[in-house]
Amino acid sequence: MAQATENTLEFIEHFGPHPAYAAGVRLETGVEPDKLVKTHCCFCGQQCGIQLKVKDNEVIGFEPWEEFPFNRGMLCPKGVKRYLQGSHPDRLLHAYQRDPASEGGFRELAYDQAIALVAAEIQRIQSTHGNDAFGVLTGASLTTEKAYLMGKFARMCLKTANIDYNGRLCMVSAGAANKKAFGIDRAANPWSDILKAEVVWISGANIAECAPITTNYVWQAREYGAKIIVVDPRITPIARTCDLFLPVKPGRDIALFNGILHLMIENDWLDHDFITKHTVGFEAVAEHVHEWNPKKTAEVTGISERAIRQAAEWWGQAKSSFLLHARGIEHHTHGVQNCLGAINMVLASGRIGRENCGYATITGQANGQGGREHGQKCDQLPGARDISNPEHRAYVAGVWGITPEEMPQAGVDAYEMFRLIDRGEIRGLLSICFNPKVSLPDNSFITRCLEKLEFYVAIDFFLNETAEHADIVLPGSLQEEDEGVVTQIEGRVIKINKAVDPPGDAKQDWRIIQDIAKALEREKGFTFSSPREIFNELRIASKGGIADYSGITYEKIEKQYGVFWPCPSDDHPGTPRLFELGSLNPIAKGSGPFYFPDGRARFNVAPYTPPAEDTDEEYPLMLTTGRVVSQFLSGTQTRRIGPLVDQYPEPLIEIHPQLAQKLGIANGDLTTVESRRGDITLPAMVVTTIRPDTVFVPYHWPGRKSINQLTISAQDPISKIPEYKVCAVRVRKATGNGS
Amino acid sequence: MVPEQNEFFMDPNRCIGCQACVQACSECETHKGYSMIHLDYVDRAHSIQTAPVVCLHCDSPTCAEVCPADAIKKTADGVVQTALKPRCIGCNNCVLACPFGVPKMKTEFKLMMKCDMCYDRTSEGLKPMCATVCPSQALFFGTREEIELLRPRSVATNQFRFGEQTITTKVNMMLPKSGKAEYVDVTAAMSERGSGKTISLNILDGMYNEEQSQ
Repeated sequence: MAQATENTLEFIEHFGPHPAYAAGVRLETGVEPDKLVKTHCCFCGQQCGIQLKVKDNEVIGFEPWEEFPFNRGMLCPKGVKRYLQGSHPDRLLHAYQRDPASEGGFRELAYDQAIALVAAEIQRIQSTHGNDAFGVLTGASLTTEKAYLMGKFARMCLKTANIDYNGRLCMVSAGAANKKAFGIDRAANPWSDILKAEVVWISGANIAECAPITTNYVWQAREYGAKIIVVDPRITPIARTCDLFLPVKPGRDIALFNGILHLMIENDWLDHDFITKHTVGFEAVAEHVHEWNPKKTAEVTGISERAIRQAAEWWGQAKSSFLLHARGIEHHTHGVQNCLGAINMVLASGRIGRENCGYATITGQANGQGGREHGQKCDQLPGARDISNPEHRAYVAGVWGITPEEMPQAGVDAYEMFRLIDRGEIRGLLSICFNPKVSLPDNSFITRCLEKLEFYVAIDFFLNETAEHADIVLPGSLQEEDEGVVTQIEGRVIKINKAVDPPGDAKQDWRIIQDIAKALEREKGFTFSSPREIFNELRIASKGGIADYSGITYEKIEKQYGVFWPCPSDDHPGTPRLFELGSLNPIAKGSGPFYFPDGRARFNVAPYTPPAEDTDEEYPLMLTTGRVVSQFLSGTQTRRIGPLVDQYPEPLIEIHPQLAQKLGIANGDLTTVESRRGDITLPAMVVTTIRPDTVFVPYHWPGRKSINQLTISAQDPISKIPEYKVCAVRVRKATGNGS
Repeated sequence: MVPEQNEFFMDPNRCIGCQACVQACSECETHKGYSMIHLDYVDRAHSIQTAPVVCLHCDSPTCAEVCPADAIKKTADGVVQTALKPRCIGCNNCVLACPFGVPKMKTEFKLMMKCDMCYDRTSEGLKPMCATVCPSQALFFGTREEIELLRPRSVATNQFRFGEQTITTKVNMMLPKSGKAEYVDVTAAMSERGSGKTISLNILDGMYNEEQSQ
């Protein structure tokens, strides 16, 4: 079975992670590049424009791309050093097969032979245990073309219901809430609407570290007079200069939103006209928040009554505003309810669908938006269509040339897929662009599941920690080795341009998928010769859906610096701002600006529930997790880029001095944090910038440095997002040799 | 020549400590692999505040004045350069003397290296790397008209006081307009406690406090 190879010196020598630094031609001065390729950063959802310097099929550096309107040349340290992921010593140049006798535990294999083995194993497992016994895990850093192809591959070629993606850990709570409230899942506004807002409300978003360029939008708004309200258990860099900081107790955001709405109603800070004409459900919500008076809100949230009243007054009386939130309120067993609570505040203010009046979740991954629209999510088909809707099934089946009956029904979410592996219902797995052994909560369970797989094939450009369990590893492509579109944080569809060819036997991911389809002798529908051809089919598949890309072309993207969807026809310029009065959409058909048949937005009662695992005598403290600016997600790329590794080499436990003193812990002391699922020992970082009842550890590292050994796998019942942002722990000074 | 209307403005109040400037600086053509920017936490135990320091390019650069080998030159447009390799004796005088702590002694080259405001870029009308990439625009390069429009709450100064000495620099520092300061009193600031609103998280006195400290 798929035991991970031991991380021996031999393994590390072959597969890393090695921290790469500039060397050779990259350090030489006066090198004239062969070309500058205008493209985008490979990391977060902002998708900053960047120009890659290419010399002899190698990315040797970058030049800022100041014309691209979102970031105008600005980049974070990850963007600056992202070029070092190319020509990397750890780069997979061949297919590999597990072989304990070989150095490093894997042996090189001819690409065609590897593909044949993969096809044979898929056939064996599916013919013995049924089609659904083979699962597919994908990712939201894939281009939209690849995401679309993965969904089509799972449903049409493998005929399995079990496909899901790592956006499950990212944007699904906001997406589900947006659909419930607005009927559409997209940031409602371009970021330019932040600049002139009177109040910017930021809940659970470490903007300066996770979406650094957005800082400039927020702080520019502040220069023009905006009040900035930040809600977070930590004083993050964006909180440092905010006008009002609300240090919420982890997992209590919904109580705050309900409390604010309570005060808005009490003081009649409401847009009655908007509520009457453009929404439904206000009365029920008003009744529900009646009990959330400032005293109760303060008790539950741990925020002072005075600060709650001040926040309500600024929010209530503003003429324009922008509300932003991110994983901080979304990574909860009531993540959808948290988002709905925030949206209720926005709807009651009537400040949406207009210039300088906006709302958005800050999408995390490169294609967090586009990757959740076109069918790699277990319950979704292209165009943000619903796989359980007969009309939607019929339309997409028509595009694919199959019958609706041939299309599998909805599968299960990414975490549940591991539970199916545990129960023996899923026997084989294909993964691409996903490193669940680092990124999923309670990850010793994930390791046990990986060990149970009969067959596992991983497609990647580096051998990540999950792929260490693979039977076959197929060498895929880096972002700069392929072209295609992604949809960034604002809903703007942009174009990734190819800078270099994949090295060695490495192939563009869509070619690998098509090669597997061919080896399975199910080539029909998988004979594309370019990403452009895939995109053109995707345009048709999305036509008439909510996420309508049919009027978007590569050329239009280039000409306009991106196209905001929906863009339903060739002569349509795209839709930067949603919900403008008088705007048309295919659901409301002119009856109103929101995406429901009556054109009205929905208020949703958002009841407060505590976290799945509250503190008790045994585990009296809260653990919350997140990111640092120099690393990205599970670190497959950024833990291999030397200058980024040096910036923050290993995880630290952030702990308040009051708690540290009580526990006898000094700054730098090895400290052990334990939950019911596992423990971790790391140096303490004693800082006053965190709540004294909470500790924080970033999650980018594997093995014994992985905080996801401790996190809880409890999930939101609607979105299935795990509760990364709070679980119960105890903390002590480490004893002995640090375990 | 650096076009006269283009100026450098530092606004530490906006720094988020991300080190994009540090990382971008090491991509500069003239000193690849080495960053000339200093970026530090002011007091991480108590604040997330960081501050970036690029060379301020003094009108009368102390580093050049104390150099026994006359190795540090200023261009006609006021940019103080890295020491001249044939002249630099690696004595460290400049490193010790610079009031802003800017020069770096690269012992592997026996050479003092420092920020030259990306002269290869700025002299061709481009922005320096650091100010181009800075995600929060704590480092800003542009015209005075632009900065006045973008930072209505701040005012630029290029006067720094060290005891009795006043240093005038090419690079500007943004100060709060409300403070009405004509110069930055660096020596006084070194022993000054933080002032204005600070946030503290204190479980004993209730979770949220705004302290007006002096």
